Amino acid sequence: MTFLTLLNREIRAYFLSPVAWIVLFFFLLLTGFNFYAGVAALNRGPSEVTVVEAFFNTIFFWFGFVLVFPIITMRLFSEEYKMGTIEPLMTAPVRDSQVVLAKFCGALVFYIVLWLPSLLYFLVFTWVTRLQAAGAAGPFIGAYAMLLLIGMFYLSVGCLASALTRNQIVAAVMSFSAITLLFFMGLLTFFILNITPGLREMTGYFSALEHMAEASRGFFDTRPVVFYLSLTVFVLFLTFHVFQSRRWRS
Amino acid sequence: MIKVEGLTKKYAGITAIDAISFSVEKGEIVGFLGPNGAGKSTTMRILSCFLPATSGKASVAGFDVATQSREVRSRVGYMPENVALYPEMRVQEYLEYRAALKGIRGRTNRQRVNAVKELCSLRDVESKLIGALSKGYRQRVGLADALLHDPDLLILDEPTIGLDPNQIRQVRQLIKDLGKRHTILLSTHILPEVEMTCSRVLIIDRGRIAASDTPEALAGRVRTAGGVRAEIRADSSALDKELSSLAGVRKSEVQTLEDGWCACTLRTDAEHDPREAVAKLAAERKWPLRELGREQVSLERVFAEITQSGER
Repeated sequence: MTFLTLLNREIRAYFLSPVAWIVLFFFLLLTGFNFYAGVAALNRGPSEVTVVEAFFNTIFFWFGFVLVFPIITMRLFSEEYKMGTIEPLMTAPVRDSQVVLAKFCGALVFYIVLWLPSLLYFLVFTWVTRLQAAGAAGPFIGAYAMLLLIGMFYLSVGCLASALTRNQIVAAVMSFSAITLLFFMGLLTFFILNITPGLREMTGYFSALEHMAEASRGFFDTRPVVFYLSLTVFVLFLTFHVFQSRRWRS
Repeated sequence: MIKVEGLTKKYAGITAIDAISFSVEKGEIVGFLGPNGAGKSTTMRILSCFLPATSGKASVAGFDVATQSREVRSRVGYMPENVALYPEMRVQEYLEYRAALKGIRGRTNRQRVNAVKELCSLRDVESKLIGALSKGYRQRVGLADALLHDPDLLILDEPTIGLDPNQIRQVRQLIKDLGKRHTILLSTHILPEVEMTCSRVLIIDRGRIAASDTPEALAGRVRTAGGVRAEIRADSSALDKELSSLAGVRKSEVQTLEDGWCACTLRTDAEHDPREAVAKLAAERKWPLRELGREQVSLERVFAEITQSGER
């Protein structure tokens, strides 16, 4: 119950601030443009990819994607530290773990809301063109499931960064760097010339690009699922400990 | 209600509180008095489970603040020094949220929120955004929050800071009324506040308890540290001579003001009150007298006095 109260407040905090609406607006603009570009490209001639595949594998998509996590998560803990609202919060009978989880889930809800309008694109596409956007249900579900999984992991990284500092900008820079590094780890193969097969395989496990490309093609692989879920839990666990450490750091 | 034994808190090399011990019984209103940086807020933050102590033990209602923190937190209403609130929430909404967080749900939630709004006169601002409230109202929202779960113990960290005189009077009256049903520990650096509201005073200075006394006894000590001031129109050297020879006067200072009057300050022994003698003197010499009264004593002097006597 306490968790639900906290979660409710976190979600409201997002939608009561102008930042949420600005992020939503520009994110819509970006994904809308991305969708338009995808459809336009397919319009020019026959292609091997579906609209869904095109949508989830462009630079516009990935760029906005990486940027959105620091913006969503930077305020979570930092703002409470800075404004001092952490004091009334933590002197109420709540558990540290409840607070961490509520903040993470609040961010996740906002992240999901951010993606909801994009579902409409594909519905409209199907309705207007009378063509299947994804060819089958699998790639469609796969792409959105991967979006959720990768999102959970990166949001947890953002939570950790925010729990570390009372400065929102610092939190944003930290999580942006970490997420960019993780995200482009898969591209390392392009930079290291004499790469060993083992290393190539290793970076492949980390590569969100590859995971997304496969999922939106309709491949179902349990490895990324386990990978993202376990990392999310691990990073949230770290966040919990960092959050607790404020007691002896003070 | 509160039991503190050898409580110490060190921040990165600075000792904020140094092995203090005290206890507060159920039903008492105890004032924590001290200059800024004496360790009042630190002690209160430890008691409200916001900070851990470096060493020592503290318990509230029999529950240890370190190991049974949630038990303690559900029994303590804490109002921090700087009341931090979510500016994007409305007063009503915020109080409902806080009540739910403290485990008050359903119909009781409504009832408690209404009750504290009434107590803290927040009715007219219930639908305002907290960010748009004045300091005084925010302070009262903080107090209302502390009262929501009808706590056994209220910890109020400088509850009247930043309020206008009217509001200060209201809040003091409120604290007095609350003291009938709750145990209260409040901190302040305003002396009259303690005299008006508290049944006992703890003076804390540089991380140590310097004195623990009733306000009356404390006021007595303060008076001895003070003096008498008078404004008389007379020749300053004659006046000085006469005043110095009055019984009990240790030292007199006479200053000629611009309009020809003399401002006199007298330091006296503890048991003497020279006001009557001064009035008599002025009457005998036919010196006009336009002011005679006790000097307002600054808190620093009281502290100097008390801490010095403690060291002796």
